[in-house]
Amino acid sequence: MLAKRIIPCLDVKDNRVVKGVNFLNLRDAGDPVELGSRYSDEGADELVFLDITATIRSRKTIIDMVEKVAENVFIPFTVGGGIRGIEDFDVLLKSGAEKVSVNTAAVDNPNLLSQAANKFGNQCVVLAIDARRSKSRTGHWQVCVKAGTEPTDIDVVEWAVKAEKLGAGEILLTSMDADGTKAGYDNQLNKAVSSAVNIPVIASGGAGKLEHLYDAIAEGGADAVLMASITHFEECGIHQMKEYLAAHGIPMNL
Amino acid sequence: MIVVINYAVGNVKSVCNAFEHIGCEVKLSRNASDIEHSSGLVLPGVAAFGYAMNALGDLADLLKKVVRQGKPILGICVGYQLLFEQSCEHGDNKGLGFISGKVIKLPDGLTIPHMGWNSVELPQNMELFKGIGENKHFYFAHSYYSQTTDSQAKFAYTDYGFKLPAAVQKSNVYGTQFHPEKSGPSGLAVLKNFQKICENY
Repeated sequence: MLAKRIIPCLDVKDNRVVKGVNFLNLRDAGDPVELGSRYSDEGADELVFLDITATIRSRKTIIDMVEKVAENVFIPFTVGGGIRGIEDFDVLLKSGAEKVSVNTAAVDNPNLLSQAANKFGNQCVVLAIDARRSKSRTGHWQVCVKAGTEPTDIDVVEWAVKAEKLGAGEILLTSMDADGTKAGYDNQLNKAVSSAVNIPVIASGGAGKLEHLYDAIAEGGADAVLMASITHFEECGIHQMKEYLAAHGIPMNL
Repeated sequence: MIVVINYAVGNVKSVCNAFEHIGCEVKLSRNASDIEHSSGLVLPGVAAFGYAMNALGDLADLLKKVVRQGKPILGICVGYQLLFEQSCEHGDNKGLGFISGKVIKLPDGLTIPHMGWNSVELPQNMELFKGIGENKHFYFAHSYYSQTTDSQAKFAYTDYGFKLPAAVQKSNVYGTQFHPEKSGPSGLAVLKNFQKICENY
């Protein structure tokens, strides 16, 4: 049976992890390669690296990092942040990333999803959606771009359905409302999207307790749970998260 | 030396990295002489089936020749699917035909792609799985799967709402629908077994 996935997310700036880490025994807590290995050893099912500077200058640094991660970590990992076009997919996949996640560039040019899927296969095309609850339409969410700073008129569920048709192989769904609250994922959002598409949905934003992981999967219908900050789970590592979920009847790769 | 066939776009580097990590000499190449002098071949998984066959081009005949002569070959993901006779991904395309059967879309009603870690029952009579255990999780990422009619081939299966072929062996032809290079220690153990198979060739 297919296991649900635990995915730590590492925000990277100038080749340093700037968020999401609090390990005491590391020589260098900010090194993305070392942290990626550590999470992998702890039982992470996948990793996500987000280039939060995402300037043209930082691109080269990220490619070097991707190459080093791929030499040392033998689980799948996604790279996102500042993806502009098909050539970004090309170079990141060639450097060893398994998947590339894209948000703003896909909103600007939805055909990028089809182009990438046709060339590389839809399994490596991750659509990242930053979703914010609509103030004017209850039960709806609006797509935000440019790292969440810019709301659009696009409806999240409609965008997810369209993106699947275009070739997205997975949706990384972040609730802007829940992000950083540690109060739990937005499972209404997760459910609305996961029941509208047939591709896997990764729930993101709001994790603070073990129960939240369970709820995202059981109530939200998520195929995977992402945590942007493992520091929220100081007392328990990834392995304990997986044991907890398995004990509650969720299929896991222990 | 194992040669990883360099035939298209996508993530072929991870396969080389994984072999290097287990201390295996490996070369990414599409050079005929490299292929003929290799101890074994790996056909990594890239892009869509038709695109991949197209990118192989003339190499397909060379692969058929050396595999007929007994050289071990390991197909991974789409590389696994290429071992079969044909696929219906984006129109009908012919494969390498080492194993009878065809590649078709996963049934409606399932989450597609089949993406993530699924447990595979490991038959002890398959060389790739020697000494690894009876059941392990491996990383899958695919939308098409193999339907086979080949009575001479041995298969390992995973459960994705139905019995889904996860790996194959037919004499010197080996394949995994999953990505051993992305499946942690269990995946590396599979590659180690393939390395041993090649050393004995």
